[in-house]
Amino acid sequence: MATPPLVELHDVRKSYGQNEVLRGVSLALEKSTTLAVMGGSGAGKTVLLRIVDGLVRPTSGEVSLFGTRIDHMSEEAVLPLRRRAGFVFQSAALFDSLSVFENVAFPLREHTHLSLGEITDRVHRFLSLVGLPGVDDLLPAELSGGMKKRVGIARALVTEPEVVFFDEPTAGLDPTNARLVAELIAELRKGVCVTAIVVTHDIEFAEMVSDQMAILHQGRFAEVGTPAAVRASSNPDVRRFLAGELREN
Amino acid sequence: MTATEYVKTHGRETVAWYGGLGLLTMRVARNLTLPPSYLWLVAREIDIMGVRSLTVALSAAVFTGMVLALQSAVNMARFGTENYVGPVVAVSILRELGPVLTAILVGGKVASGITAELGSMKVTEQIDALRALGVNYIKKLVVPRLLAALVVFPLLVILTDGVGLLGGMVVMVFERNLDTFLYWNTIAYWVVVKDFLSGIAKGMVFGALVTLIGCYNGLVTEGGTEGLGRATTATVVQAAMAVIISDFFLTKLLLFLFW
Repeated sequence: MATPPLVELHDVRKSYGQNEVLRGVSLALEKSTTLAVMGGSGAGKTVLLRIVDGLVRPTSGEVSLFGTRIDHMSEEAVLPLRRRAGFVFQSAALFDSLSVFENVAFPLREHTHLSLGEITDRVHRFLSLVGLPGVDDLLPAELSGGMKKRVGIARALVTEPEVVFFDEPTAGLDPTNARLVAELIAELRKGVCVTAIVVTHDIEFAEMVSDQMAILHQGRFAEVGTPAAVRASSNPDVRRFLAGELREN
Repeated sequence: MTATEYVKTHGRETVAWYGGLGLLTMRVARNLTLPPSYLWLVAREIDIMGVRSLTVALSAAVFTGMVLALQSAVNMARFGTENYVGPVVAVSILRELGPVLTAILVGGKVASGITAELGSMKVTEQIDALRALGVNYIKKLVVPRLLAALVVFPLLVILTDGVGLLGGMVVMVFERNLDTFLYWNTIAYWVVVKDFLSGIAKGMVFGALVTLIGCYNGLVTEGGTEGLGRATTATVVQAAMAVIISDFFLTKLLLFLFW
């Protein structure tokens, strides 16, 4: 029997008052695939990612995570599924009263019975993986934007989730840090992060990390396919997006 | 905005606030029995709410007891009933002033602190981060605070009762030259256990109420730091109003059930 996609959306719509952000989005994310969702500011990329993780409920449509419908589940019921996924926030969303070590150790302390030694080993392994050894005791306020993003990535990956959702991981960073984070995500794809959805507006970054690309425009996917297929698309909205001329209403 | 539109908008906001508070209360009740227990968080909150509020609560209590005794003594002397100031002070403090003052002073401090903390977590996406990590944020952030309030507020009420009565005694003995034993004997004769217990019950209800208001306003904070300021101010006012209004209905209920 074929395994169901890890993430599946069918005709998902989301409105905030009169503003219809998503107007019928469907997608299926298979195992070992990285999908880059691109679009301009206000296209609904972040809302889409939050719907996928059950953080936001769609107005209508079906959302499945790991083969289970979550669009009508209670917050408590969807928690076990979320523990199997990682989420990297655009703002990193680190716990500001906890040190870097405690931030990364947080999901391990909450959901596992690992000993302090095992937690320490695991946290140090993932902090090294994101290129941040020796920053255990720093507070988030003492970190640069790029460091915060990398700690956020370490925290999302430390439980070795089956799928990771990245929300604009390179946004707001200087070119050097943006490249470092992009290279890190590309590197992680070879090991601990093989299935992912990456929301971004950065085309070069998307091509670097993804096997599939989707262009979100006016609440719908204008194009879905491999990076090469999207590059070669004749869809006028896609052409304008690639040329940097597409505006959201 | 016309008057009708103003009433409609604010009416809708008020209904949404009460509805949201009710829904949060239901979620908290449902989560009380779910694992994990986070007992260490309950202990931490007991320290934050209780131990660090002792000075405020006890200072208010001693001066309230003193002023109540002074006013009662001066006015009751006109009717020749100054010997009964003790029971008047005791019943007032045990049934009303102890729980209400504690709830308004400590409750305002505790609830606004909770709103500031949870609101700050909300606007910086830390609550979403908890949810994304598969953590039950109601269980982690709200339940421990509520459980702590259910322990702390009755204990604070007991302490404020005691200190308030002592304040009354100080005034009656040193200012009005009443015999110490007469003060305590009249209290022991006229005051019954249910006077004391009704104050404890009120303390528990007020504690739960102000904590839930603080948590709810924090969890629905929107609009960045400006919204956080608005939410914190609203919490102080709403917590005080909730205590004063619910006190009337609680008093009616307790008198109906136990008088």
